[in-house]
Amino acid sequence: MTLELFRIDDRLIHGQVVVGWGQPLDLKFIVLVDDSVASSDWEQELYRMGVPPEMDVYFHDVGTAAERIAKYRADHRAGLLLTGDIATMQRLAESVAPPLDAVNVGGIHSRPGRVQRLRYVFLSVEEAAELRALAARGVKVTAQDLPGARCVPLEDLLNGSDM
Amino acid sequence: MSSETASAPVGPRAIVAGHGDFAAGLISAVEQITGRGAMLLPVAVKQLGVQDIETLLRKEMLAAGVRVIFTDLQAGSCTMASRKILRGMDDVVLVAGVNLPTLLDFVFADTLPPAVAARHAAERGKASIIAVGGAPK
Repeated sequence: MTLELFRIDDRLIHGQVVVGWGQPLDLKFIVLVDDSVASSDWEQELYRMGVPPEMDVYFHDVGTAAERIAKYRADHRAGLLLTGDIATMQRLAESVAPPLDAVNVGGIHSRPGRVQRLRYVFLSVEEAAELRALAARGVKVTAQDLPGARCVPLEDLLNGSDM
Repeated sequence: MSSETASAPVGPRAIVAGHGDFAAGLISAVEQITGRGAMLLPVAVKQLGVQDIETLLRKEMLAAGVRVIFTDLQAGSCTMASRKILRGMDDVVLVAGVNLPTLLDFVFADTLPPAVAARHAAERGKASIIAVGGAPK
């Protein structure tokens, strides 16, 4: 086992992650990479309370996550690495070796300046460029909210052809 | 009992929030059974991130003057957002994992302060779940 999924989801730890992916992948741990949450004890406590007792959650800023990712990749359990935005995942991708194979866009929701690309993905022009930059690094970028849903390739995501 | 004393308080006493159409569905069931669905305010959060859910819930709470939130799932984004609201508002009660028996108890406990009614309803909701049949042979 290893880190089975690298996911971008602005809801961070929530039902789709814990139950929707957690059960079919038999996830035993989540690595939550977020500079703000990593420096907030009460937010960490909040997210810990959202997962079942048999699931561990580790909180890191980008720098610490990059240092420890080899340990998580070597873990005998199945895990999921989670960021709340594309920029954080991009910073992580720039910091780790070997490089990330694939990134799952799981949920980026409506906000002023964003355009809807999928039912669960809204992107600004800058965010679309960040996803292209990730792909240019050799990372396979797809969108998929749940395991049973269609895995949408980056180009289809960016041109909104799955709407 | 006169019809006046039997009538439900006017206006919402709590918010119900959850995935998909969970809140509207549950409240429609409360309305069908009791006629007191107006005591509950549904909040749908499709297409919103946690921060925006928190903003929406806070706005709805202040507009309606309610201090009770029912949510569907402990790990859900509505619950996460509500817990953030709780941090700055000591008089707000959150009940996560709400079911229909919980809400039925809540809407009939209209003589109690909403926070007390919510805690009572949570206990009733927990106790209402049973499994029947399928015992191992």
